[in-house]
Amino acid sequence: MVETTDNSAVLALRPGDVVVLSRDGLDALISALREADYDVTGPTVRNAAIVLGPVSSTSDLPVGYRDEQSAGRYRVVKEDDERCFQWAVGPGSWKGEFFPSKQEQWRAVRSGETYTFVEPRFESPSLAIFGARPCEVAAIGVLDKVLSQGTYGDARYVSRRRDLFVVVAECGAPASTCFCTSMGTGPGASDGFDLSLSEISDAGGHRFVVRVGSERGGAILSTVARERASSEDLVARERLLEDAETTMSRRMPSGIAAVLAHSQESPRWSEIAERCLSCANCTLVCPTCFCSDVHDVTDLSGAVIRERTWSSCFDLEHSYLHGGSVRASGGSRYRQWMTHKLSTWWDQFDASGCVGCGRCIAWCPVGIDITEEAALFEQDAQLPEPEASAR
Amino acid sequence: MSVAATHTRPTLAVWKFASCDGCQLSLLDCEEELLALAEAVHIAHFTEMTRTSVSGPYDVSLVEGSITTPEDAERIKEIRANSRRLVAIGACATAGGIQGLRNFAASGDYAGTVYAHPQYLSTLDTSTPISEHVTVDFELHGCPIDKGQLLEVLLASLAGRRPVITGHSLCQECKSRDTVCLLVTGEGACLGPVTRAGCGALCPSVGRACFGCFGPSDTANTASLAARLANDGATELQISRLFRTFNANAPAFLAESRAHESTEVAVHFSASRIVRRP
Repeated sequence: MVETTDNSAVLALRPGDVVVLSRDGLDALISALREADYDVTGPTVRNAAIVLGPVSSTSDLPVGYRDEQSAGRYRVVKEDDERCFQWAVGPGSWKGEFFPSKQEQWRAVRSGETYTFVEPRFESPSLAIFGARPCEVAAIGVLDKVLSQGTYGDARYVSRRRDLFVVVAECGAPASTCFCTSMGTGPGASDGFDLSLSEISDAGGHRFVVRVGSERGGAILSTVARERASSEDLVARERLLEDAETTMSRRMPSGIAAVLAHSQESPRWSEIAERCLSCANCTLVCPTCFCSDVHDVTDLSGAVIRERTWSSCFDLEHSYLHGGSVRASGGSRYRQWMTHKLSTWWDQFDASGCVGCGRCIAWCPVGIDITEEAALFEQDAQLPEPEASAR
Repeated sequence: MSVAATHTRPTLAVWKFASCDGCQLSLLDCEEELLALAEAVHIAHFTEMTRTSVSGPYDVSLVEGSITTPEDAERIKEIRANSRRLVAIGACATAGGIQGLRNFAASGDYAGTVYAHPQYLSTLDTSTPISEHVTVDFELHGCPIDKGQLLEVLLASLAGRRPVITGHSLCQECKSRDTVCLLVTGEGACLGPVTRAGCGALCPSVGRACFGCFGPSDTANTASLAARLANDGATELQISRLFRTFNANAPAFLAESRAHESTEVAVHFSASRIVRRP
């Protein structure tokens, strides 16, 4: 839908409207969000990577940077390029914004012989995530199912998530590790956003095609200087997404959930374990992994503090029951991770736990590639059973 | 302080074997908590703090250092007999420490280089962790240990609970504090994926790859990490030396440094004689 009013329009933009912003317009949008008391967080370059941090103007964004990613390898390269979003995803996912790595649940403070329970209050400014990729927005949707939509929502998650303002940046530069098309989560954004940006740089100049996804998205965007989207702009956006799709070489087999459900005894798990470091990097960079550990500590005043920290199915402690760890072998730990992510997640949450962002591939120090392993399991599943062939 | 008061509090003793004192000084580094800690426990023996020494038995003994002499091999047994709980602290006490490099050299090699009259020395051929000599109730790793973890062990002991100290990889601490992986970005040959967490990812957070000073993690797959480092261009000598520092004798690191031991490594060790000053 093309916006038909000019800049002095009184009518607010509506969901479905499409406009075009210049880089100055994008700066004005960031300012408008900040003036509306949003804590604007977005991608920025720090320590040789594109990470998340406060964004107060477009100059905080990774302008001119692209990323090179492959199994176990990540580099950022600065180029003479005016674009802000010419990269795929960095190591940090938005998960930490709603589900911090360490969090106090409550404390019991002693005075004499009595204890008083104190729960921390979760009060923080409303959060605007600026420049999240469609796969990352999909990941937040997955986390919602786990942490806020069950019988017992996570209080901190719900409070931080409630007023979340989402500015998605559609993906025009997937990395070699990406496979969102086969997970149905990208490179374009279909829902879950207030505003969706597509960055175009062609003969028509450097600009952002902005689609409105919600009433409040339209209201904020209405305060910013903008132009109507031409049919050329819409075509340029389509081409951006088509090019992104065709450059994506990795894919997840569509029947992987059923394949893994029947691969529990595969010898491949111990073969993977020879490479797997059990270091937990894959689970910690994963935008949907939510495992945590809860423990009580004491201090010198006699207080008891219950803390929750990130945990991982690659920890021995994660499966520790009376007498030892249930998943003592590396193979059993990798099997738990991969099978949960791609198969039993469906049984539990009626969704895939994987959104195809490729972080687990790039940030695995030994480059274990979940798509490559999945393809091998699928290949095994198509071979005749050894018993059957012997008969 | 009344005598009665001292008897109602648990007693703490700190002991030194072959070591640099850095780990026991971590107790004095607990500056903010030190006075409250001194109220909660009776520090009965701690020569870095006071010359006053109260005789045992002790509720908790912190033992720093490795066993390198016949006398120490006996002394640790007395301390064990006098301690309800014995906690080994630091890489020396848990893995033999940097002085454990002597275990790779021929007996007397280093002594003959350093001392004019090594015949007056009475040392063992090896530097070994406390657990090889007596039963150890808890091992706190690191070179030096982390003061927060030391406090946690003492607090857990006071409350009669299990210390919240994990054996998982250092990577989890990097990720928890948003430190970008040095291995994957090519910034350094990092031992983090096979090293025990506990320091809070101190070195990687300032851009320095992990040295492995907390020793191997519970699930250390050193062979796979070594293969990655070799793929990045590390030589056999470099890989062997990477695993042969503060925790050279911790089983997982020992096996890996041996797997990459070449004649080059052997030559390197015999050539690294220390020049004696006049």
